[in-house]
Amino acid sequence: MSTHQQTGGRIFTLPFMLLGIVAVIGLYYIVERFVLGMGAVANINGGFPWGIWVVYDVVIGTALACGGYALAFTVYVFNKGKYHPLVRPALLASLLGYALGGFGAIFDMGRWWQFYNILIPGNWNFNSVMLEVGLCVALYIIVLIIEFSPAFLEKIGAKGLLKVLDKVLFFFIALGVLLPTMHQSSLGSLLIAMGYKVDPLWQTMQFQPLLAVVSALIMGYSIVIFEASLSNVRFGGKSETPLLSVLGKVAMGLMIVFVAARIIILVSQGKIGLIFAGDFSSIMFVLEMALFILPALILMSPTSRQNGGLLLIAAVSMLFAGALYRFNAFLFTFDPGPGYAYFPSVSEIMVTLGIIAIEIMAYLVVVKTMPVLHRSEQA
Amino acid sequence: MKRRDFLKNSLRAGAGVLAGAVVAPDDAEARPNLEPKEGAVGMLYDSTLCVGCKACVAMCKEVNGMPPVTISEIDAWDEARDLSGDTLNVIKIYKDGAGKTKDAEVNGFAFEKRSCMHCVDPGCVSVCPVTALTQHPITGIVSYNADACIGCRNCMVGCPYNVPQFQYDKTFGQINKCQMCNQKGVERIDNGMMTGCAEACPTGATLFGTRDALLAEAKRRMELKPGETYNYPRGDVSKPDSYHEKTVPAYKQHIWGEKEAGGTNVMHISSISFDKLGMPPLEERSAASVAEGVQHSLYNYLALPAVALAGLSFVVKRNADKAKDQKGERS
Repeated sequence: MSTHQQTGGRIFTLPFMLLGIVAVIGLYYIVERFVLGMGAVANINGGFPWGIWVVYDVVIGTALACGGYALAFTVYVFNKGKYHPLVRPALLASLLGYALGGFGAIFDMGRWWQFYNILIPGNWNFNSVMLEVGLCVALYIIVLIIEFSPAFLEKIGAKGLLKVLDKVLFFFIALGVLLPTMHQSSLGSLLIAMGYKVDPLWQTMQFQPLLAVVSALIMGYSIVIFEASLSNVRFGGKSETPLLSVLGKVAMGLMIVFVAARIIILVSQGKIGLIFAGDFSSIMFVLEMALFILPALILMSPTSRQNGGLLLIAAVSMLFAGALYRFNAFLFTFDPGPGYAYFPSVSEIMVTLGIIAIEIMAYLVVVKTMPVLHRSEQA
Repeated sequence: MKRRDFLKNSLRAGAGVLAGAVVAPDDAEARPNLEPKEGAVGMLYDSTLCVGCKACVAMCKEVNGMPPVTISEIDAWDEARDLSGDTLNVIKIYKDGAGKTKDAEVNGFAFEKRSCMHCVDPGCVSVCPVTALTQHPITGIVSYNADACIGCRNCMVGCPYNVPQFQYDKTFGQINKCQMCNQKGVERIDNGMMTGCAEACPTGATLFGTRDALLAEAKRRMELKPGETYNYPRGDVSKPDSYHEKTVPAYKQHIWGEKEAGGTNVMHISSISFDKLGMPPLEERSAASVAEGVQHSLYNYLALPAVALAGLSFVVKRNADKAKDQKGERS
């Protein structure tokens, strides 16, 4: 008997319909992009070929989808089985986040009709970080489907398949820890080859993969805390604050590591003075650091870790911190040289909002129709 | 098995994964810059010889079969301001203050050519996941294959000079970049000809030749004293079409492309400092070489990921089995 249960309830609620409108607008512009070309919808240009579709939908979107990764690490590798109730909803959010990140990669792909070229070994360039990212993300989406499939199999009552899956699932869980470690670090490595275009405060060269994977884990933990807190509010049930507080503690440790590493790297590379330059980059750096340090301070105190409201504030701050780190490095302080500027167009932004809306709608539908949320969470 | 042992194992496995991702790039010595190919061909652009006639731009469009870019209503000539999906070569203007004296940094003006520099250690080739960008093993010419390209545009961000340009205005666009007039169907270099822009240049501002010969010519010009006259060659540096005598300008003692990010096969000299001409702030080490070093230390033969996967599988299986046992005891 499953320990998970679908929440049931009406699917077509008012918020769902409003999200639907945003999704339709986004899809309209995606169709326009395929018909008229990218320039008709997006403001990307010769110096800024990667706009918000790459940086938000793929680079940040997949990091926000690292809940499944962070929890798999905690539950299966560090053997903290008591967080299991959080695993399925986190895996669902990860699956949706990665699937839509993959979709984003397709409609951002300039020559999407040839996407299969990256799957042909004869084409592979093993020097390319992008090759690792592309293949690894594609593989991880399949792994996420397998990791999440018990929810679907329980729903249709495929007991035989479940039994078989149960025997081999450990291997896919291991892959579910390994693959995000690989491609989330590689998302950072993408910055290395961009050289001077990446602002010195973010261009840490060989340290990019380390900072990227730590920030992905931070975002993974924070999204789990964030979603669990929100689900509790939305669907009622026992508060999971005690469980979440331990996750918060791990996230705190990671944030201390992250901030310390950033400072140490800047000092060792002789760039620490740039923090005090007072220019746009230095302000963004300080803001980003503040967003990392604030939740670390909140989570440091055991009493505030037990406080659901403070936990939520910390989680939101961490999410913004991680997203800002990537935005800053890839876009906000990115400087390809004279003559180029970028600000996303309305249609470009609507595409990204549409993708987010689709993600939330899909999440709501699945938790209402499939055994995802834990039974003890139910009222 | 005691809980403490499980914890120890788990920590060990977790640390292994993190160490793989974290420690390896640190101690990994990235590969050095690539070296110039022995038969590398390139161009030397001498900004002080350029009169801004843009014959090279027109010739480039003709040879490569690309449409003119028009900004105003007049459809008479090419008005490309910068490289784009339809422009592989463009002449830009530097202007300071009154803009009166040619090749003077203050109150002067100068011309600067923008086209693929054909890097010795090309970033675009390094970052391309599907080998759509390649460097010729002998000539060092960096070419593009649209049939392989998926349009990820990593080459654009990976190029220090923003050279590869995507055709954003087309439904089915592609990357375009200068391929030294040697792509399939053009093949001027293979047929013993020179690039279109070098052939069209009336003053020899764009000079074609082997990298070695061009570098030697550039170094000769660096040695000249301002005010002397020098017999400037035109066309192909090894067999010039003609020469013309001209007073030597006050060259900056800097051959752009001799060393920048591993060097380039297309080199520039000028009497204006290159940062003013919009050249990027490059060091001698190519960013591509650092990126490849990190990538190879992590993923060589997939050894590290394979070991990590084995360790993780072991730990996850043990922990999952233990969780099941506990559940069994409880029920």
